[in-house]
Amino acid sequence: MSSTQTFSVAVGQAETMILNMGPQHPSTHGVLRLILELDGERIVGARPDIGYLHSGIEKTGENRTYRQVLPYTDRMDYASANTNNLGYVLAVEKLLGIEVPLRAQYIRVIMAELSRVASHLLAIGTAVMDLSGLIGVILMYCFWEREKVLNLFEGVAGSRMTPSYFRIGGLVADLPEGWVEEARAFVRQFPRQLDDIEAIVTRNPIFLERTVGICRLSAEDAIAYGITGPTLRASGVRYDVRKAMPYSGYDRFDFEVPVGQNGDVYDRYLVRMAELRQSTRIIEQALNDLPDGPINADERKIVLPPKEELDTSMEALIHHFKLVTEGFHPPVGQVFMSVESSKGELGYYLVSDGGPRPYRFRVRTPSFAAVQVLPLIIKGHMLADVVAAIGSLDLVMGEVDR
Amino acid sequence: MSIDWIELIIVVVKALIVAFGLLIGFAYLTWFERRLVGRFQMRIGPNRVGPAGLLQPVADALKMFFKEDFVPGQADKPLFIMAPGIAMSAVLISFAVVPVGPSIRLFGREITLYLADVNVGMLVVIAVLSLGVYGIILGGWASNNKYSLLGGLRGAAQVISYELPYGLSLVGVFMLAGSLSLKDIVEAQARVPFIVLQPLAAIVFFFAAVAEANRSPFDLVEAENELVAGYHTEYSSIKFALYFMAEYISMIVASALMVTLFLGGWQGPFLPGIVWFFIKLVFMLFVFVWIRATWPRIRYDRLMAWSWKLLVPLSVANILVTAGALVLRDMGVF
Repeated sequence: MSSTQTFSVAVGQAETMILNMGPQHPSTHGVLRLILELDGERIVGARPDIGYLHSGIEKTGENRTYRQVLPYTDRMDYASANTNNLGYVLAVEKLLGIEVPLRAQYIRVIMAELSRVASHLLAIGTAVMDLSGLIGVILMYCFWEREKVLNLFEGVAGSRMTPSYFRIGGLVADLPEGWVEEARAFVRQFPRQLDDIEAIVTRNPIFLERTVGICRLSAEDAIAYGITGPTLRASGVRYDVRKAMPYSGYDRFDFEVPVGQNGDVYDRYLVRMAELRQSTRIIEQALNDLPDGPINADERKIVLPPKEELDTSMEALIHHFKLVTEGFHPPVGQVFMSVESSKGELGYYLVSDGGPRPYRFRVRTPSFAAVQVLPLIIKGHMLADVVAAIGSLDLVMGEVDR
Repeated sequence: MSIDWIELIIVVVKALIVAFGLLIGFAYLTWFERRLVGRFQMRIGPNRVGPAGLLQPVADALKMFFKEDFVPGQADKPLFIMAPGIAMSAVLISFAVVPVGPSIRLFGREITLYLADVNVGMLVVIAVLSLGVYGIILGGWASNNKYSLLGGLRGAAQVISYELPYGLSLVGVFMLAGSLSLKDIVEAQARVPFIVLQPLAAIVFFFAAVAEANRSPFDLVEAENELVAGYHTEYSSIKFALYFMAEYISMIVASALMVTLFLGGWQGPFLPGIVWFFIKLVFMLFVFVWIRATWPRIRYDRLMAWSWKLLVPLSVANILVTAGALVLRDMGVF
């Protein structure tokens, strides 16, 4: 199918203009390419062109042991790496049929929610910047807060964007000393910073003018296109994997699922803002109730033995050697495990043939669905609204072209 | 009649001072803006080149000169080269009639602190500034780039929407001052600045002036988030610098007009007139930067709707009220 067939008229026969937006463009959030058909500045048709960030993560996963796949998952949704790690380790654990200790579950929840905070801050900051003349003040406000979250990641994992802190069966290490206090200090001051951001943005008349009623997505369309996450909830559907199919102990926490009504750019912003506050609540609860105990499942055939045992225990050394060189062998079978990432429902599908590598490694990412819906919601709107729509869908291209 | 050579030299010197003053003003306005926006965004801003980054504009200018001066293959070359010049010269000319202070005596001669006191001064400013938009439209057209074209078209759409409230909002001022000369307008504000008597006109004029200067939130023509860089997407090197200068000098002109028309120009207690003028000018420039750092960009169709449906009726209402008040005053009611 040629690229022109999706447009209303053949190119060159009507008073419309084809505009190639991206992959190098300030507001396409990475390398999204949109082929727009414009009537003046009004969008008549649009076709997203993806693949500019294709990195073959799914195929690579089939050639790596289960342990080795983990760092690749960071690179899909690089804005919210921990939730991606979480989905993967949970999928493998489901395949293996093991349960991780409660402390590890709590720490995973804290990390996943901190990731959601970092990702939503990035989404809000860039979405507002896309509407703004200058690199908005809000972007810097959001980035200051995100910086604090990244410092917390650095504290546990040594890495900021791509922590890979989770391991199959638990965590790579326990929380360092003093980390819980640092996290508490962040959680305490964070709502005030959110108030500051909201004070500039939420009632700003020009912001309202640019976002209210713009690029609406109905609940029916959202479901039909497989939209999940804040975008779906902004359309009024109360669906959150954390509530619908709780994992990693999410059912122990008290939080709400904010929903919007109109499904426009503004509601998506509001839902994300509300989710930031809910995430703060979850982190606070998890920090307060953080249980003591081991951080790894007692599964010597799956989890690496503690470093200090390697000098004293022959068995530990053998396990370490076997796990690092060969990996473990999960039972034959297939699993699908989905988690609520910051963008929506992130699903991992793993097929095991009994070998140390996945036979098939497939990821269902929320941004992929969001790109599909883009032509639908921008049709009939102005060129300036396209960037608002892209920003409000919170697309991460690494996740689209995995 | 023989030519008064000394008078001619004075005019030439004054013209050079105004032109270079504006260029230096532009350079340090960029520094001022970057430092201020840095503060708004909780960062420091340029501080590496010279003390407090004061030599940053020099470094930027040098960089601009050494960039490749690129002309796109299919561009309309004469227009492409001419367009930045139009934008730049329009704003430079418009400053000629703005008085920055009362007359001073130097070497036994009366020296006026403006280049020309045209008796229709404000009309000259409006006319010349309107020409500046041709720089944008032609630059956008000549670049042979779709983003530039859209930027140029937006420029055309913008100019027909803000020009009318821009002119109408001034009618009240003219009626109060009884003159179109900027010098007379300043002198008419000796007792009370017009922003007190004409608050509505001041607001309308300010918004129109922001649109005129293509500044946020009305910087639609270069909207980098949608149009990459709008009308100057294809411009580089010193041609780009000319557009850049035109934008910032037009901001200075807009601020100077705001000061002259509504804030009493050089008038103020204690300090010499020229100092007052600069204090007020810097304050207005601060407002420009402040708005830019905190407001999202408005959509261009909304700007048009807003201008035609809100600003124009408001300006007309302002004219009617002012005229009514003047008639009542002449009748001796108050």
